[in-house]
Amino acid sequence: MSDATASSLIVPRRAGSQAWWNAVNAWLLLLPGAVLLIAFTHFPILATIRHSLFITRRNGTEAFVGLDSYRSMAADPIFWKALVNNFWFALGTIPTSIALALVMAVWVNRNIRGRGFLRLAYFTPTVLPMIAVANIWLFFYTPDYGLLDQLRGLFGLAGWNWLGDPSTVMGCLIVMVIWKEAGFFMIFYLAALQQLSPDLDEAASIEGASRWYTFRRVTFPLLMPTTLFVAINAVINSFKLVDHLVIMTKGGPNNASTLLLYYIYEVAFTFQDSSYAATLTVVLLMLLSAIALIKFGYLDRRIHYQ
Amino acid sequence: MRGRTHPVEAVAAWLLALIWLAPLAYAFWSALHPAAYATSFSLSAPWTLENFARAWRQAPFARYYLNTVVLVTLILVGQLILSTLAAYAFARFKFRGSGIAFALVLLQLMIMPDVLIVENYRAIAKLGLLDTIPAIALPYLASAFGIFLLRQTFKGVPQELVEAARVEGAGPLGILWRVYVPLARPTYVAFGLVSVSYHWNNFLWPLIVTNSVEARPLTVGLAVFGAPETGVDWSVITAATVMTMAPLLIAFLLFQRQFVQSFMRAGIR
Repeated sequence: MSDATASSLIVPRRAGSQAWWNAVNAWLLLLPGAVLLIAFTHFPILATIRHSLFITRRNGTEAFVGLDSYRSMAADPIFWKALVNNFWFALGTIPTSIALALVMAVWVNRNIRGRGFLRLAYFTPTVLPMIAVANIWLFFYTPDYGLLDQLRGLFGLAGWNWLGDPSTVMGCLIVMVIWKEAGFFMIFYLAALQQLSPDLDEAASIEGASRWYTFRRVTFPLLMPTTLFVAINAVINSFKLVDHLVIMTKGGPNNASTLLLYYIYEVAFTFQDSSYAATLTVVLLMLLSAIALIKFGYLDRRIHYQ
Repeated sequence: MRGRTHPVEAVAAWLLALIWLAPLAYAFWSALHPAAYATSFSLSAPWTLENFARAWRQAPFARYYLNTVVLVTLILVGQLILSTLAAYAFARFKFRGSGIAFALVLLQLMIMPDVLIVENYRAIAKLGLLDTIPAIALPYLASAFGIFLLRQTFKGVPQELVEAARVEGAGPLGILWRVYVPLARPTYVAFGLVSVSYHWNNFLWPLIVTNSVEARPLTVGLAVFGAPETGVDWSVITAATVMTMAPLLIAFLLFQRQFVQSFMRAGIR
């Protein structure tokens, strides 16, 4: 912080002007963060929208084209492919990893043998770089030589190009991402489970309810806010996570594994078409805003209940 | 501690744990054995560190480590300072527009710099910072998440302590430094662990803004190293992969309780 900022903070309180001083102090405290937030979040959002309405000519000048880029986007099969892939990717990863996370959390919340080790095992993939994970799993999926095909070989089956086949590539990536993310979601369930009162379980067992019944009718409903929270974060993640595509598939084969953010990256930095990349980014921003609305709508309700 | 576990469940839990550890165990096996044993798991396979030595010789990993450490430190220090100041403003000062300002901060929780790569690249290029470590750090220095987490903590600071400090003649910054910051230590640790692991692992943005050894962090270095065109074998690639993960993995094994708690604390917003 600069000297000017510091000195304004030690000016003594004066009667009647305290509110004004409070405001000055507060805005000075906010200033450094605000400058960076505006420069790298708010301004880029507005600039993205603006650039989606212009094209850059060969000589570097810009021309207003209105919604033309959106029209070409609507006619771009790769865009639709990326969007559909993103949908399947989210649908493939989110419910399974949430269900696994819940099971993991219930287990490691109990008095199970080796609880510390189990927590460690489930959570470890979370702290690994996605790029390292992709490297390891790439080997599993390598045709003939890879671990998966070696296992197939034991049963006399021929090698399979797992990542090179449009029908298997997405499944392979989904399995890997579930492995990476389930332990992360487990943490939130574990936190939630530890906040539930043990009386509930006791009451249920005195009433003679089975463990499964108690879980289904008592525990699970009480975990609903956590499930929604995790699900929303998982959806946001499914739009951001593309690191593994750079290593494993480059969106291929035949765009079978392209996701929206990866397509944006490719359009902007491989095809050097930043106007079209802006148009695609606007779609991503709209999707994220829609999720944000759901999130805040839900969070508001939750706060209301408490 | 709740309920004993049924033996069947215990077996299932252990089985899942072993499946979960298997890919990592494989990476270590392959990295620590000669290439010939990369896929044949025999107990008599000789152990070796040669793969690490070869990876280390074939790419400037020392430089990548240095870059990543500098990057992660730069981001963490910047985030801590900026988040502390902003969180203090939101938690302690009543001023017009604070609600809107806070909402504008929270927007970044949804729309992170990761999705604004095109415009942020433009901005970094205009600043003439392409291919530098500050270029990787800049979009992340103002962290909505850090501001939010610290604001929640600061709001819980007892007013009596603030009054006591004021009676002793402390100004707003003095109060922040002597009362708020020390009391928020667990939050700082939690945020620090989450931030360091996120930026140690971050890939797409560093890939975009760097193109030389001098600025490349470990993740980008690993991706360049592991590209199929480079013709290095799996054992060496897994050795490089293990080297990239190792510092975070060791830190995690040493401080797992803090890690898990910090992720819990960070998650419950």
